[in-house]
Amino acid sequence: MAPVTTEAIAVSNLSKSYATRDGGVTALDRTTFDVPEGEFVAVVGPSGCGKSTLLKILAGILPASAGEARLRGTLIDGPRRDIGVVFQSPVLFPWRTVLDNVLLPVDVQRLDRGRYARVGLDLLSLVGLRGFDHRYPWELSGGMQQRVAITRALVHDPAMLLMDEPFGALDAMTREHMNLELQRIWLERRKTVLFITHSIPEAVFLGDRVLVMTPRPGRLLDDVRVGLPRPRSLDVMNTPEFGRHVHHIRALFNVKGGVDS
Amino acid sequence: MRWTGRNLGLTLLLFALTIAVWEAVVRILQIPIFILPAPTQVGMALYRGLASGLYVEHLKYTLLETLLGFIVGSALGFFLGTAVAMNRYVEFFFYPYIIMFQSLPKVALAPLIVVWFGLGLTSKVINAALIAFFPLLVNTMVGLKSADEDRVSLMRSLAASERQIFWMLRLPNALPFVMAGLDVAMIFALIGAIVAEFVGAQRGLGMLIQSMNFNMDVSGQFSILLILSLVGLLLNRIITLIRRRVMFWDPSEKDLLEPATDDVAAARVGRGLPAEAKEGVTP
Repeated sequence: MAPVTTEAIAVSNLSKSYATRDGGVTALDRTTFDVPEGEFVAVVGPSGCGKSTLLKILAGILPASAGEARLRGTLIDGPRRDIGVVFQSPVLFPWRTVLDNVLLPVDVQRLDRGRYARVGLDLLSLVGLRGFDHRYPWELSGGMQQRVAITRALVHDPAMLLMDEPFGALDAMTREHMNLELQRIWLERRKTVLFITHSIPEAVFLGDRVLVMTPRPGRLLDDVRVGLPRPRSLDVMNTPEFGRHVHHIRALFNVKGGVDS
Repeated sequence: MRWTGRNLGLTLLLFALTIAVWEAVVRILQIPIFILPAPTQVGMALYRGLASGLYVEHLKYTLLETLLGFIVGSALGFFLGTAVAMNRYVEFFFYPYIIMFQSLPKVALAPLIVVWFGLGLTSKVINAALIAFFPLLVNTMVGLKSADEDRVSLMRSLAASERQIFWMLRLPNALPFVMAGLDVAMIFALIGAIVAEFVGAQRGLGMLIQSMNFNMDVSGQFSILLILSLVGLLLNRIITLIRRRVMFWDPSEKDLLEPATDDVAAARVGRGLPAEAKEGVTP
């Protein structure tokens, strides 16, 4: 609808190969895509399709073999401070309180702790953890810990949020709940999000778009636009349109060889 | 197990029973006092030694040796462990010697150290430090290197410098290991001090045991062994208290608090420390 958009993420011909004893493995093969500012993009694919490699390159903790990735026009060539990353496990520091965990990026980047403490507290209320700021991570459940991790990724107001199967370790019920929560937080903040998952329904439920990847070599197979209206409730999963998207993506994998969804 | 009134009563009863059996066996079998003294005789020796002030004087000296050796040895172990863990050149060129030296029974060095540093305080402190050094070295190394890969990735993704990763992640992560090392090092320092006193000293409880042995004063030796085991226990308790203080965040330090759900328990096990590493190294 809006023809002119600023591209938050621009990935062009991005490749990554690893040297192994018997030659090399291409984890990511000439991948190209753009993400406009404020869009929620889900990347779905089976294990070994290079989606984590893609995320690590975008996070700047893995150099690309060829091609380039840009964030708001500047080349990603190392770790940078305008990116927030959420990993599969919450990766909290047990010796820090919830608030101190949230403020880790602030400490690392030597920002004004007093000012960001307010931001952190606001965000904690947003994710439903008001009053937990002085607790320690081991006092929280798995879902709560992952909320802290999301808050930490948002606290320094990054240009892009990278999420690497953030709910993969949670049980099915908690996972659905966290999907709703994430949508709510995203609707509130409108960050550009790249969300990696191997669950097709999760990708369709959350994404404005779903990038479908295939393994060995990791390659972009399709770019599915999900037009379901927001906010989406869990009931959306029972609609024909939702089913059509899921079916379409699953069919893509079945042509190329199975997927563990 | 908890200290209920019933448990306390049972503990005291068991203790009294052990002492009574010991006393009875010695009396009935008429075991000579220079082989195995009865508890009453040990008690008498203990009383005489304490009342005359003899034990206190030597105890102070041994404690001083132990504590100085502990401080010097663990400080050195900590810094060298950090150097080995953080610098691959140090690791490559020095670690083989460290391993070689570790496999040496360090008490065998005591005679040499007494020859080099004399009968006074210095040789005891050095010997204690030498033995206390290794648990700290190894545990510091393991602790610093065991920082979770995901946590390191997180720090890198935030553009943290190596220095920040060390102070904010590796060092606090190593603390449980370091504390376990201190636990062991404290007892090792006591062993080191006593062994060095055996070899040659003018003061100290080890020297006292040695001279009592020459005089066949077995009751006296028993009374000093009792003091030494109490001292070991006390030193160990002090370290434990410090550990609780420093590691308030480690759930294994506070079993009484309940987690929010069982997810937490699972997560805890997931990030749990390897048990063998936490227990420190063997002598």
